[in-house]
Amino acid sequence: MTYEVQVFVTLKEAVLDPQGSAVNHSLNQLGYTEVEDVRIGKVITLTLEGEREMVDARVTEMCEKLLANPVIEDYRFDVREVSAP
Amino acid sequence: MKFAVVVFPGSNCDIDMYHAVRDELGEEAVYVDYRETSLKEYDAVLLPGGFSFGDYLRSGAIAARLPIARGIREAAAEGKPVLGVCNGFQVLLELGLLPGAMRRNRQLSFICKSVTLEVANSSTLFTSAYQPGEHVTIPVAHGDGNYFCDEATLEELRTNGQIAFTYTEDVNGSVDRIAGITNKAGNVLGMMPHPERAVDELLGSADGLKMFQSILTHWRETHAVKN
Repeated sequence: MTYEVQVFVTLKEAVLDPQGSAVNHSLNQLGYTEVEDVRIGKVITLTLEGEREMVDARVTEMCEKLLANPVIEDYRFDVREVSAP
Repeated sequence: MKFAVVVFPGSNCDIDMYHAVRDELGEEAVYVDYRETSLKEYDAVLLPGGFSFGDYLRSGAIAARLPIARGIREAAAEGKPVLGVCNGFQVLLELGLLPGAMRRNRQLSFICKSVTLEVANSSTLFTSAYQPGEHVTIPVAHGDGNYFCDEATLEELRTNGQIAFTYTEDVNGSVDRIAGITNKAGNVLGMMPHPERAVDELLGSADGLKMFQSILTHWRETHAVKN
């Protein structure tokens, strides 16, 4: 079965996000004064072939080994079945 | 003494490293391709600055997962001097050979200028030629040099004397103005400023040369018994 996995990598809450602060400031200047905080992260989309019960374990491993840096980043992911091409 | 200069796709300070060792220090330097797996025949390992693999994903992330990573880990475990400058520092962090991580500079812009560093620990094998607390002029050139570690790690770095260099002024938002740290054993140093670009007065400063001289002095002392 083919799956599409969206991995969301975000900075840990305790880590300052200079990009987020700059965007927050810019939104406020555009008049969106209700915005109090902005955090910027990454979305990584994987397409992979495998058994459903293995996908979570494998993707967790990928996140730990490469996709996220556990010192400053958190991650989560969604798995979606897609029809084979 | 034989230095390895590891060359990744996107390294751009490898030639400066090579020049510093060969022409200024007067020792042997060899470029080592990132596809190699062993660094056994070298006495020290230099990881140069640049943008390995285009800084894709995170600075240094992909370089740290190459086969050569094994050679770097082995050299570090054997107690050989391993120096990572700029992108090389980022690679050492991604390898987990040094604690912490790099964030985007606080001001978001790329910083390229000479800065003043304080030698925070002059008893490491990389800094023995400096006076304690000495101020040195070394250039920085980075976009992701904003060093981060948690409180507990910072406390450990301080207690163990692992902070080798600090900026005398806040340059990029780094925790405690940290510019360079060593591992606990003291044989792995990562720093954002470029000592290899400050090895001759013609370049504006020769303050970086003392780092290479320190490494050589250490090597001569530890190998004197054998000769």
